[in-house]
Amino acid sequence: MSVFLVASVIKIVVVFTVIMVGVALLTLAERRICAWMQDRVGPNRVGPQGLLQPAADGLKNLVKEETLPAQADKVLFLLAPTMSFIPALLTFAVIPFAAPLPTPWGDVDMVVANLPVGFLYILAFGSLGVYGIVLAGWSSNNKYSLLGSMRASAQMISYEIALGMSTVAVLLIAGNVTLTDVIVRQSQSLFTWNVFPLSLAFFIFIVAAFAETNRLPFDLPEAEGELIAGYHTEYSAMKFSMFYIAEYSNMVTASALMTTLFFGGWDIPFTTWDNTPPWTTLKTLATLAMFSAKVIFFLFLYIWVRWTLPRFRYDQLMALGWKVMLPLALGYVTVIATAIWFLHDGLGWTYDTRFALALFALNLVLAVPLFFVLDRGRIVAGSMAEGEA
Amino acid sequence: MAIGVKVMKRPGSQTSYLRATLKGMALTFSHLWRPKVTMQYPEEKSSQDWTLSPRWRGTHRMLTDEQGRAKCVACGLCPQICPANCIKLVPGEDEAGNRYPLIYEIDEFRCVFCGYCQEVCPEEAIHVGVHYENSEYSRDRFVYDLERLCAQTHPVSTLWDPSDPKGE
Repeated sequence: MSVFLVASVIKIVVVFTVIMVGVALLTLAERRICAWMQDRVGPNRVGPQGLLQPAADGLKNLVKEETLPAQADKVLFLLAPTMSFIPALLTFAVIPFAAPLPTPWGDVDMVVANLPVGFLYILAFGSLGVYGIVLAGWSSNNKYSLLGSMRASAQMISYEIALGMSTVAVLLIAGNVTLTDVIVRQSQSLFTWNVFPLSLAFFIFIVAAFAETNRLPFDLPEAEGELIAGYHTEYSAMKFSMFYIAEYSNMVTASALMTTLFFGGWDIPFTTWDNTPPWTTLKTLATLAMFSAKVIFFLFLYIWVRWTLPRFRYDQLMALGWKVMLPLALGYVTVIATAIWFLHDGLGWTYDTRFALALFALNLVLAVPLFFVLDRGRIVAGSMAEGEA
Repeated sequence: MAIGVKVMKRPGSQTSYLRATLKGMALTFSHLWRPKVTMQYPEEKSSQDWTLSPRWRGTHRMLTDEQGRAKCVACGLCPQICPANCIKLVPGEDEAGNRYPLIYEIDEFRCVFCGYCQEVCPEEAIHVGVHYENSEYSRDRFVYDLERLCAQTHPVSTLWDPSDPKGE
């Protein structure tokens, strides 16, 4: 029991620290990658390659003046930044980030809380994040802030459904809602990574995850051209910074989720050395590196997409969510459930590489209409001339 | 469709989102590796593509003769022509009857850097300079007196292109 407590405290401290440092470096990465994509250099003055820039920003935010609008609801106004910051960090608690670490007191799972219902926990806390945004917008007593937070909640509701639907397919394959089991299920070979048997689910998930984290092309809650800065217009100094940290920790969590659900978690491809006992420290470190590499890739993807795409118009956003993503996700779950039932019960296959490849082939067939019919003017509403197909 | 939004209608074969997105991402990715055009200013003040023009009109410089005295003869033409009225000149005369400036001050804040003072100067004494780093900690440091003007070492403006003096 005391071993569990000590191990948990150590894990919490380490994970929290790593995420905070990661978020700080992520703000720098965002600015530098954005600059490179625009043929600029980006911040490179503070420290080598600008590495101390986040520290300088943090210091600046700490010493700046805190403003409190006279007509704001003071309690909620102060509560809102924490409300958006905490759920973003809490979600990370159930994500396994490495193979178990052997210690003299037994194997320690490399996950802060190995919940049997880890998956449901993620869905529950994932949608809590919007409360901070809504409270911020409402308590500011500012029209633009309120509009921004209204958009955030509408967007969250619309895309949460597609997000949930796309993950149902993952549960169908894993047959379990514990994230460690989801990873074990994927680690047989490269093709049993869920991204292959469930490519379209991954596609839906990634689009919905972009919307959930309010990142471009879905950053309507803070559309500066229309809403000044949206829900955090009235915030300054460290409270503003908290929203920033929340946004980036949401990104980290979403990337970790994509890795866990679709890219085999900490599994190293092409080998089963990493996911079979006996556990060693080397295995833990190697799988941790693998997990980090995957998460960093998705973080890069977030930044990459942000500096490529323009923002959606609001009606396009809603049309995409309800008219495209939701039917797509629903239809996909139906098809994939039928296929799994057929392969598993009809043909009596167990889940292995062959099973995964069969589903992958099905996904490729399904991707053809997505890319060649749906893509022609049906994804972004109203851009095609009437009567054309 | 929101009310009153004008949408450009395109033929179906030209509309795309997914494929267009992938194309765009390929483009932005290729830009990651392209050479950057930013000049790293304090370390790098000119590059192959960009140098300060010899016709640049910056803060002034007073040229001096062999004895180190200002070439100015206090004729009064530069305060006369100055459109911003930023030159203060009090003339003096020595025993030999040579005129020289007792006070010669230029308020660089009022100056519009037209370069007329240099054009009008019969002695080629006052010049505008090819220089732009003028930061100071206080406002009064921007009134340059004669001593300071003589102490400047930066190159002076040619005002016109030597290879094309008539501006053709």
